[in-house]
Amino acid sequence: MTTLRVLAAMSGGVDSAVAAARAAEAGHDVTGVHLALSSNPSSYRTGARGCCTLEDARDARRAADVIGIPFYVWDMADRFSSDVVEDFVAEYARGHTPNPCLRCNEKIKFAAVLDRAVALGFDAVCTGHYARLEPVPGDPGTTRLGRSADPGKDQSYVLAVLTSQQLSRAMFPLGDTPKDAVRKEAADRGLGVAEKPDSHDVCFISDGDTRAFLERHLGSAPGDIVETDGTVIGSHHGSYGFTIGQRKGLHIDRPAADGRPRFVLSIEPVSRTVTVGPAEALDVLEIEAARPVWSGCAPPSEPVDCQVQLRAHGDVHPAVCEPDGDDCVRIRLREPARGVAPGQAAVFYDGDAVLGSATISRTG
Amino acid sequence: MSNPNANAASAGPALEPEARTTQRPEAGPGSVGLVYLDHAATTPMLPAALAAMAEELGQLGNASSLHSAGRRARRVVEESREIIAEAYGARPSEVIFTSGGTEADNLAVKGLYWARKAAAPQRRRVLASATEHHAVLDCVRWLAEHEGGEADWLAVGPTGEVSPAVLAEAIEADPASVAVISVMWANNEVGTVQPIAELAAVAAEHQIPFHSDAVQAAGHLPVSLAGTGATALTVTAHKIGGPVGVGALLLAKGAQPVPVLHGGGQERDVRSGTLDVPAIRAFAVAVQTATGRRADEAKRQAALRDDLVAQVLAAVPDAILNGASPGPGRLAGNAHFSFPGCEGDALLMLLDARGIACSTGSACTAGVAQPSHVLLAMGADDARARGSLRFSLGHCTEQSDVDALGAVIGEVVERARRAAR
Repeated sequence: MTTLRVLAAMSGGVDSAVAAARAAEAGHDVTGVHLALSSNPSSYRTGARGCCTLEDARDARRAADVIGIPFYVWDMADRFSSDVVEDFVAEYARGHTPNPCLRCNEKIKFAAVLDRAVALGFDAVCTGHYARLEPVPGDPGTTRLGRSADPGKDQSYVLAVLTSQQLSRAMFPLGDTPKDAVRKEAADRGLGVAEKPDSHDVCFISDGDTRAFLERHLGSAPGDIVETDGTVIGSHHGSYGFTIGQRKGLHIDRPAADGRPRFVLSIEPVSRTVTVGPAEALDVLEIEAARPVWSGCAPPSEPVDCQVQLRAHGDVHPAVCEPDGDDCVRIRLREPARGVAPGQAAVFYDGDAVLGSATISRTG
Repeated sequence: MSNPNANAASAGPALEPEARTTQRPEAGPGSVGLVYLDHAATTPMLPAALAAMAEELGQLGNASSLHSAGRRARRVVEESREIIAEAYGARPSEVIFTSGGTEADNLAVKGLYWARKAAAPQRRRVLASATEHHAVLDCVRWLAEHEGGEADWLAVGPTGEVSPAVLAEAIEADPASVAVISVMWANNEVGTVQPIAELAAVAAEHQIPFHSDAVQAAGHLPVSLAGTGATALTVTAHKIGGPVGVGALLLAKGAQPVPVLHGGGQERDVRSGTLDVPAIRAFAVAVQTATGRRADEAKRQAALRDDLVAQVLAAVPDAILNGASPGPGRLAGNAHFSFPGCEGDALLMLLDARGIACSTGSACTAGVAQPSHVLLAMGADDARARGSLRFSLGHCTEQSDVDALGAVIGEVVERARRAAR
């Protein structure tokens, strides 16, 4: 095994700490880095929400001490703000449902951080993501992404946006291990973060209230809630508060004629209209996705059978994917899927291996 | 686990492959391989100071106790006080022991402000240079935000110097409203030495208390309370080979700051708290040694520093030396550079990996370097302020340390430039 110079991104959580420890134990020359993503970090973590407070930075530093590796803090706040937070807000303003973790991996962790690391002489960036990397069968020089051993923690969905070049410089030491075992290993290694709760939801919305966060950024933008025939049945304060397939929080004046629940079918931000309807109107068989990244195979020239996952921790759907020019993929599902939201990723799997991903732009 | 290949095309010209360093435990000075050029942050304890402290740690006695054990401890404190007083041109009764430079700065700035304002409520203004250490700066800001004070920052020239004319003008805008003035003796980042005697004289003309943070100057320059006519001077032990955790405020007789620490009334009621006898003893040993060899040591360090500057500029011709020109206007052991096109923290990391310790010279919040307020005050832009490094020499610095830096600085800067693109 070649000894590599590895930059271990350490959030202050248990996963990245154990990942860094494993990389060091494997004999690599590891340096730990905490990414300061907020220009105004709070002092303490409050429970499971939020991330990258000063307390997290300290936890990461202590973990690096225990592991015995150098440790620094890199200020990525400006880049994070423009590439992740602003994008998040802009996507909601467009009526989409973004996945900021994806954007962070794509633009920060395996771009800004990776580029800086490589320029400073590192070979790879190591993180605590639950995912596997393996050679592409028949193509030993390349690396592809696969689901982790722990299906409940699998994060291949948010990593599928990475190109093969980015993957070739990634390291995910936790891919083969279930979460419980990782916590136990942390305790065995004397890492104080062994019992620290995982952070949930959006890391930069520390109180978990996404709607309030969006309202602060986008203001009040009232509009109508309508049925598919155009009948106005309610009003809202901002279309950004909704996502396709949403059922709760609709604030509708009167029940549907048939008494069945209504779901958000579409969001039109310019007219500020949110359309609702019955569950079956959510069925989608065709999806258009943009900006495809094929990391697990060559960009296909023919339609490809695969399983597609349409949201984080969502089900996989058997599908046929067909590229349409360089920048678009048409996905035809064999069975309808519901709650497919533009802005989310469509990740194409071949069993547990990731073939690639694209961003959902339209459904039909 | 994957095996990332180092076959990705590099964006710029091919460089020598990175030397593969083996994982080593964090090194300390004295261990093979560490080139320590951060003496302005702290410096190794002098063996004699360490020995004195260790011996005293084995002794029993609270210096405030009236019995024989207490008197023995008290004697150690008073002998130390006399040594320190004499070295710094003060009477023994003018030496107030504190926990270090930060505490002494707080006592001087806050204590004198409160006393002056209590005597005459219109005295709200605090005049301080824009390049003060945070231990003064943050006190001034706090007084402005919470204690009804008004911060009046004295502008500095491009090398960081405060001119007596600038101080006079600031006072004369409304002399009756000035509570206290604070200007550091020598700047911790760029090493610029202030004309303290002249500044103190301007303050004395208006009978306004003048404080100077002499933490970096003591041990390198002839710091003297009587010699300058200042009201208060801050000194500390760990910058001159004493232990961390002890310092002193030299406080001219008659000055009566409001205490920050109330309690048992130690140090003439000015600073309560049980005295750290072992640390005080070691402080005195360090002061004695440092003062005794000050002139020779300054000369020795200046020569090494000048060579360091020459080597850095030879390797990186567009590096900018910040602060006053090497000479009497600059601390003998200080060199501070801006490296265009680089981030200071990348430079620091690369040097650290090569066993060379230095500093970006600026305070950090959670480890993220902020652009230096000192450089910004001197007129540098944000980029220059962020792309800086401070190298500071000390009593154990040798030519080999300077040469080690000179050997790698060119390659390190080149790599940091690539990382910034």
